[in-house]
Amino acid sequence: MRERDLNQLDRRSFLTAAGAFVVALATPTEWAEAAQFDSAAAAGVRPDRLSSYISIDRGGTVTAYYGKIDGGQGLETSVAQLVAEEIDVPWDRVRVVMSDTAQCVNMGGSTAGNGLRQGGIILRQTAAEARRLLIGLASEKLGVPASELTVTDGVVHFVSDPSKRVSYGELIGARPLDAPVEYHGEAQRLTVKVRAPLKKPEEFRVIGKPYPRRDLPGKVFGTLQQVTDVKLPNMAHARMIRPPVAGAVPLTVDQKSISDIPGTQVVWIRDFLAVVAEKEWNAVKAAQRLKVTWSESHPGFPGHEKLFDHIRNAPVVARSSDSNVRAAGASQERNEGDIEEAFRRAAFVLEGEYEYPTMSHASMGPACAVADVRDDGATVYTSTQKPFDCQLGIAELLEFPPEKVRAIWMFGTGGYARDAQGDATADAALLSKHLKRPVRVQYMRFESLAWDPKGTASVSRNRAGFDAQGKVIAYENITKSFSMEDCNTRERHPQDTLAGMALGHPLNWRAAFGTPGNNYQFDNAHWGWELIAPLMDRSSPLRTTHLRDPFGPPLMFGSEAFVDEMAVHAKSDPIEFRLKYISEPRDRELLAAAAKQYGWDSRPSPTTAQPGTVATGRGFAYRTLGGTLIALIAEVRVNRDSGVVEIPRIVVAHDCGLIVNSETIRHVIDRQIIWQTSRTMIEELRFDDKMVQSVDWLSYPVVMMPGVPRSVEIVTIDRPDQPASGAAEMACGPLPAAISNAVFDATGVRLRRIPFTPERVRAALARGPEQAVKASL
Amino acid sequence: MPQNLTLNVNGQAHRISVDDPKMPLLYALRDDLGLGNPRFGCGLGQCGACTVHVDGQAIRSCTIPVSLVANREITTLSGLGTAEKPHPLQTAWIAEQVNQCGYCINGWIMTGAELLARNPHPAEQEVRDALSGLICRCGTHNAAVKAVLRASKA
Ligand code: FES
Ligand code: FES
Repeated sequence: MRERDLNQLDRRSFLTAAGAFVVALATPTEWAEAAQFDSAAAAGVRPDRLSSYISIDRGGTVTAYYGKIDGGQGLETSVAQLVAEEIDVPWDRVRVVMSDTAQCVNMGGSTAGNGLRQGGIILRQTAAEARRLLIGLASEKLGVPASELTVTDGVVHFVSDPSKRVSYGELIGARPLDAPVEYHGEAQRLTVKVRAPLKKPEEFRVIGKPYPRRDLPGKVFGTLQQVTDVKLPNMAHARMIRPPVAGAVPLTVDQKSISDIPGTQVVWIRDFLAVVAEKEWNAVKAAQRLKVTWSESHPGFPGHEKLFDHIRNAPVVARSSDSNVRAAGASQERNEGDIEEAFRRAAFVLEGEYEYPTMSHASMGPACAVADVRDDGATVYTSTQKPFDCQLGIAELLEFPPEKVRAIWMFGTGGYARDAQGDATADAALLSKHLKRPVRVQYMRFESLAWDPKGTASVSRNRAGFDAQGKVIAYENITKSFSMEDCNTRERHPQDTLAGMALGHPLNWRAAFGTPGNNYQFDNAHWGWELIAPLMDRSSPLRTTHLRDPFGPPLMFGSEAFVDEMAVHAKSDPIEFRLKYISEPRDRELLAAAAKQYGWDSRPSPTTAQPGTVATGRGFAYRTLGGTLIALIAEVRVNRDSGVVEIPRIVVAHDCGLIVNSETIRHVIDRQIIWQTSRTMIEELRFDDKMVQSVDWLSYPVVMMPGVPRSVEIVTIDRPDQPASGAAEMACGPLPAAISNAVFDATGVRLRRIPFTPERVRAALARGPEQAVKASL
Repeated sequence: MPQNLTLNVNGQAHRISVDDPKMPLLYALRDDLGLGNPRFGCGLGQCGACTVHVDGQAIRSCTIPVSLVANREITTLSGLGTAEKPHPLQTAWIAEQVNQCGYCINGWIMTGAELLARNPHPAEQEVRDALSGLICRCGTHNAAVKAVLRASKA
């Protein structure tokens, strides 16, 4: 339901109102089980009921309840394809309801690009199960064995005689029925087990086809109602007031300073400060004008220029090898053999460091949410990526039991991963509770950049030991960084939001980081990480969390640029060098596909000296994540005078198993490349000792038309016999290294710090090639 | 003192009462007229998310005072065309499947439509130049160029 009826009824009455009845059952035993389930229906959505995933109405329309979200990557469209395929109805007869906590089972919201890998497969399986049960009903009704029946467009008929038929609608009739479903785990670990087999690739009619995105017409014609557009009766508009120095809290508030702005009011609860108004513009003006005196605060931030020294020098507070980290499943550490012994044996040891800066999510629109808190419960309209966690966090904040809070996800202001949407939702909820009326909050541009939770800065340390024949015998990759979770990626508790921290909840820090994904096999290797303490113990504008592809660019920049350095040391072509250490056939095929598309000729980097101002080069990088494999080749033109690096061409080879939609996958990869180009060439959060200085699109520049790669060529490898492993963020990871490697190929100079701004490139070129090879001890 | 103004939006005249003539047009469109489609991205004229046409010219509605556009012809994305009667650029936009989140879309389509009105057959570089002041955080830049070129050939 894209153009949402905000006055929608609760799920159960909604189903009845729409004339919808859940799937009927096949065998007498299943009928009996169903009877028990019927009485449970009133309890709401449960993961052990088929009707919680799939329902069919009398007209034959199928509804799939997707407990995840679609950030604009085409998941709604693809999920409808999976369901249509398995249940055998036309694609446009499948409706998808996304992450309304009153209608969907919690599938963990969006995380790690697993929209199809996990949520999609659940709906595919339950759709297949629904089809099986419907055929069972038809078999009773038509008096033939199920094996003699098949389904076409929602009509069950004899294989041998399509005129002997009965439609899904007729089978269901007026009986609201249901079936049990075996499930395991919950949220992002939820899986189901059903008796129906999935269709085989050779039977696919819908999967793999380029169905057009369902959300696009509403966006293109300006009719899609997004979270920003929710208007409730008697709704007030709010703007938050943020301190000028991190950590400062309000001491006095001069309400008279806004008394001439009609209909305004200040809400001040502990350190939580906001203005509300009847009209949105008046809220904006009041927020700009409100006079507040703030407490003194000396956060003592290192500033973005000295940040990497701070990271290098700060004491380590947690490591990937710590037993508690391993026990919490947050380690991702990998060990092979005995690296120290191997390094001692090495004929040469090569070392390399790389720096990745702090970044804002810098979403297209500042976060927005609407909350309607009543005495007996609350509804929040939110664009958070984790609506079910948001529901829990809001319930705790408002002191309601979770079932009294309904979170309704809607398309929002853009943004990927854990941006500020959950913060805005908590702000709106707290304000609505206080004012006893619906409240809409939208952040301002400065808040979106300066106060969103940040992608962490890091320093990647790498070393490799070679034997006398040039073989790699020891390898180590350690990223030193802040945790990726100063602030939890799920807003499950008040302390995970700015509002909660303003009420006195401390920062909810957890040691969490990752290691680069790849399938290199070095005899002795160690992949790990070290964390330093957060810069502040409470609502810091520099608190860290997941930014899109959190285990990608910050980790892969160092690891994949260093593999390139290793290839240079070995005087080997960078792709051939990698292939020496990769045996996985899928990875090898992927690398070959990228090389072929590019027209790669085998030679070591750098290329032969190029006289003149502009030097051209090519760079390679590769990664794996959650079953998806990406190989990237970047071509660059480096202007030695200006330091401007142009990227005329990117080649992506992409293997994510089964391809559900052959078009949306290309779009999501193409757009990611431009997204990560911005983060590689331009973006870096600026801050001084007191506060973030990046407050608008001038002080936090992002890529615009002149900076985008002109040509992005995508080779997709379809593996219909494999699970769909996801494509939403994985192509970001290898891009920084591919570009850095290409600049090295062009110039013989290595770029070690993101972003590759013209000043940095000029400075690196002025320093010239480094002596990176160290003799071993 | 509240002041009454007439805003002509998408071919319809609206009488509104404003208490601040300096209020940006964006807030009148969204808040007073309930037109959701122009969006707040920055409020600083830096991104384009709030773009509308005023007398055929692409204008960033977050910075232009509402009093300056009274009685002029304002067109928003939803007035440019509809699913039943789409503007050629909207048709091309769907054909190229341009957007991801779509929050930036007003800037890109309204700026592209203005270009096509003044230059119906632009060269690729002219399209790139015309769209160079816009932000899209989902990276749809090249797809948008393709859509404008497709519409110019339609
Ligand atoms: S919102 Fe108007 S230009 Fe950004
Ligand atoms: S499509 Fe998301 S900002 Fe442009």
